[in-house]
Amino acid sequence: MAKRPFDIQAQPGFGFMALLTFFALYLPIAALVTYSFNTADSLSRWDGVSLRWFISAWHNSAVQDASVRSLVLAVSAAALSTIAATMAALATTRTRPYPGLTFKYAFINQPLMVPEIVTGVALLIVFSRIKVWTGYSGLGYLIAAHTAFCIPFAYLPIRARLDSMDLTLERAAADLYATPWKAFRFVTLPLLRPAIIAGFMLAFVISLDDVVITEFVKSGGQDTLPTYMLGQLRRETSPEINAIATVFLALSVVLVTAFYFVNRRKP
Amino acid sequence: MASAEEVAKEAERRDIRDRWLLSAPALIIIFLAATGPLLIVVIYSFLTPGPYGGVVWKFSTDGWLSVLMQRDIFDDTLAFADAHLSIFWRSISLSFYTTVLTLFFGFPTAYFIATRPPKTREVWVFLVTIPFWTNLLIRTFAMQQVIRNEGLVNTALMALGIIKQPLQIMNTDAAILLGMIYIYLPLMVLPIYASMEKLDFRLVEAGYDLYAGRWQVLRRIIFPLIKPGVIAGSILVFIPSLGAYVIPRVLGGGKNMMLGNLIELQFGAGRNWPLGAAISITLMVLVMIALLFYVRNASGSEGAHG
Repeated sequence: MAKRPFDIQAQPGFGFMALLTFFALYLPIAALVTYSFNTADSLSRWDGVSLRWFISAWHNSAVQDASVRSLVLAVSAAALSTIAATMAALATTRTRPYPGLTFKYAFINQPLMVPEIVTGVALLIVFSRIKVWTGYSGLGYLIAAHTAFCIPFAYLPIRARLDSMDLTLERAAADLYATPWKAFRFVTLPLLRPAIIAGFMLAFVISLDDVVITEFVKSGGQDTLPTYMLGQLRRETSPEINAIATVFLALSVVLVTAFYFVNRRKP
Repeated sequence: MASAEEVAKEAERRDIRDRWLLSAPALIIIFLAATGPLLIVVIYSFLTPGPYGGVVWKFSTDGWLSVLMQRDIFDDTLAFADAHLSIFWRSISLSFYTTVLTLFFGFPTAYFIATRPPKTREVWVFLVTIPFWTNLLIRTFAMQQVIRNEGLVNTALMALGIIKQPLQIMNTDAAILLGMIYIYLPLMVLPIYASMEKLDFRLVEAGYDLYAGRWQVLRRIIFPLIKPGVIAGSILVFIPSLGAYVIPRVLGGGKNMMLGNLIELQFGAGRNWPLGAAISITLMVLVMIALLFYVRNASGSEGAHG
């Protein structure tokens, strides 16, 4: 085979465009992080590096409140949606098509098809009524809403894993007199564990990041970290918001990296 | 004594019933906190607005009528509501430009990643994934740091002496467009990369053997093979752009509304829930049309989907 005078994979200018794109992807994030270390009172001046705004954010009781609420909400929604999604995945894989199967797929993925703002106002309409009727206005509404839109995300990796497993091992367990529950507990579940962890983490990140639906469902004084930040952005922003955003960003990077490694480890 | 066939049938029936029970929690939660409320939005769009928000249970088509029309308060004639039309137009045109421009930058980027050696390829993909999983609000805010009057771009341009006064980018349509391109770019790169990864470069080689130029190879060989990825990416960018709410709110500054903000306005200060409900359903229909377009185009090239 004759050697070509040029690399057949090369396209002129593509490398430059790609590097430009990567630069553009990270430039705003770099700016955000840099300003969070700003000493000055406002974002329009630069007075040198300090941790001033991180400390101020740490002591801000509204921020503490919102952070705790965000975490409680994300853990509850991720746990509930992962359980529901695991059960649903078991019910919709490793079978011949049965009546209602396509309906189930469509229904489980429905939250992905509708713009968040529409789901947000729909929940506002219904939940505001229920709040009046029952007098209850706690975190339950947010947990229900988050669980619903987290289910399709948790379902994704679990279903993918089940699709690649056949029933041989479960049948072998049954042949050896394992009850269905024991076969599930000691055969299916351990094989499924990485996918369940991945599903939980996906759901956790999705819940933690949500702004729009939370903004419409929350009752007064029920800010999560993202809705708190959105509220602050309306005012003249201080570098404190940058500090919060930087910490949030660091948390996301850690979670994504962890997710990446959990998902890559092929059992 | 039941025959073997009957026993098998009975077992299958029980299996299906168990599978419904097992999927019930997920289906019920989604029905209660997603699908069900959407059906109620449809009902609300046909009611009369209450004086302080909410609705009065009286049938009316005014909500739907005022999506595009407005009634003159003096002589009761109908005319097109210019304010709403311009918001529809802004949503659709900005979403379109976002799709085209993310494709313009995303395609070379995906190509670049796919032609790296496998080891480094993973690192590049990871670099695209990180912004993708970072909170949307934080990325919008990050964009604001770049384009605001005392931001990175203006500071740099003024320091270089290119401009005397800061460029007003914030609170314009351009700011929304920049924000949407920035935020949805990974959604374009990742599916194109997924198709490109499976591209067989022997076909490209064959093209060059048959005296095709670079442009011809790109247009006649590479592009048709990765078309499913391009279509998927375009849909993944176009749909969330149509429903964007946070980006125009933060970067567009109240005046430059998109559909999402118009909906919120009706449920807030506008106090016209039926109109808000009708616009919500219109937005959903626009999204469904885009999805149908995708399904029709994707089904023809199923093989390349993998």
